[in-house]
Amino acid sequence: MLAVRIWRGEENGEYVTYHIPSRENQTVLDVVTEIQRQVDPTLAYRFSCRVGVCGSCAMTVNGKPRWTCRSHVKNVVENGVIQLEPLRNMPRIKDLVVDMTEFFDKWKKAGGEFIGTRTRQDRPALVDPESKARKQADAAIECINCAVCYAACDVVEWDKDYLGPAALNRAWSLVNDERHADPKGVLKKSMADGGCNSCHTQGSCMKHCPVGLSPTGSIAGLKKRSLFELLGGK
Amino acid sequence: MVKSVHRHKAYFAFLGHRISGLLLGIFLPIHFYVLGLALGQVDKLDGFLKFSELPGVKIAEWGLILLLAIHLGFGLRILVIEFVQWPTPGSIRLNWISWSVVFSVVIGAVFLAGVFGS
Amino acid sequence: MEMKLFLLQRLTAMIMVPFIFVHIGVIVYAVRGGLSAEEILGRTQGNWLWIAFYTLFVISASIHAPIGIRKVLKEWAGLRSQVVNLVALALGLLFLVLGLRAVIAVGGL
Repeated sequence: MLAVRIWRGEENGEYVTYHIPSRENQTVLDVVTEIQRQVDPTLAYRFSCRVGVCGSCAMTVNGKPRWTCRSHVKNVVENGVIQLEPLRNMPRIKDLVVDMTEFFDKWKKAGGEFIGTRTRQDRPALVDPESKARKQADAAIECINCAVCYAACDVVEWDKDYLGPAALNRAWSLVNDERHADPKGVLKKSMADGGCNSCHTQGSCMKHCPVGLSPTGSIAGLKKRSLFELLGGK
Repeated sequence: MVKSVHRHKAYFAFLGHRISGLLLGIFLPIHFYVLGLALGQVDKLDGFLKFSELPGVKIAEWGLILLLAIHLGFGLRILVIEFVQWPTPGSIRLNWISWSVVFSVVIGAVFLAGVFGS
Repeated sequence: MEMKLFLLQRLTAMIMVPFIFVHIGVIVYAVRGGLSAEEILGRTQGNWLWIAFYTLFVISASIHAPIGIRKVLKEWAGLRSQVVNLVALALGLLFLVLGLRAVIAVGGL
């Protein structure tokens, strides 16, 4: 049997322990789904694709932010117990569901919105995939905004202004995107108070990113680019 | 009370750098003040230096040297991560963390050898 | 403002990296066989290389440390920007005054 301690409530609440059978092939998403369907239908949680491509099922599993569909019980269980909590650094709506509004607001604030310069009448842009800039952008582009990095980051918890790893990672990908209308503008936004200068290279973001991205690296890139900007170079 | 999301090498490097910096920041004004005693209170400075011959004080000095070397090592790693080109996106030079610790221990050992060996 | 402080801190860090190596070397060498005021001052008084080096060191440290402490106070003590800015400025002046006084004292100026 598996003991599953789940946070029930919002900011105020309590942990409730459920017991369900331990199975040979079982992900944490399977566990939560079984509890919600067979034991307690009032449990609120998010999921979508259940195959590790959408990021919707992210939550805190035994202290670490993870995708539950890609967490085998065998790999995360501790002394027969799994503790489930909502993602850190975001307001709680109910049980395992958090409000991601601020996460996406910060994404916009960092200049994440792509602005094209061509119309459908123009030829598509010819971007060399081997160019230095494109390689930098490619290393950051796969982010699906699951907020695991945002939850893992201490600075997000300590500094309300901090835009966070995902937003800055996105900014870096646009700074390096030759098709973007305003890369300088994105850089400027990432250099503002609460931008890349707030990152302490703790590395929790890249450690926990389920896609294997490195916001640490992207932010380091922004820091380096900022030095050139402030020294007036290009 | 270290959250499990914190149990990784790079986080300890951050913590080590910050804590060593704080401790050094507290030590520095005291250090400056004692040296300033050379301004017309040389005998007081000498008195302090004699006091610092106590083994206990030498151990404390050893600790300070460790802090300084740790702060330097972890700090240098940050400077390299932030301003030198990344060979791969995944490289945050985790090995530099271990090497910084080794470096600090070696320097500390050299200091102790010089102080207690002679 | 935060970006400028960040870069200033990184810049002073870069300046101090070689300084620290020298300082550690000097200290490890000097403490051998015990320390006395006479011994130290005999080497440092009127020594212009010593004075120049440590003046630069003190100025760099007086910029670097308060910027760091400011961030720690902001993040761990939750103090507001206005408060931490004042504290940083005060600490910077304290380090500068005490540090330059030490350079003057030991350098024999």
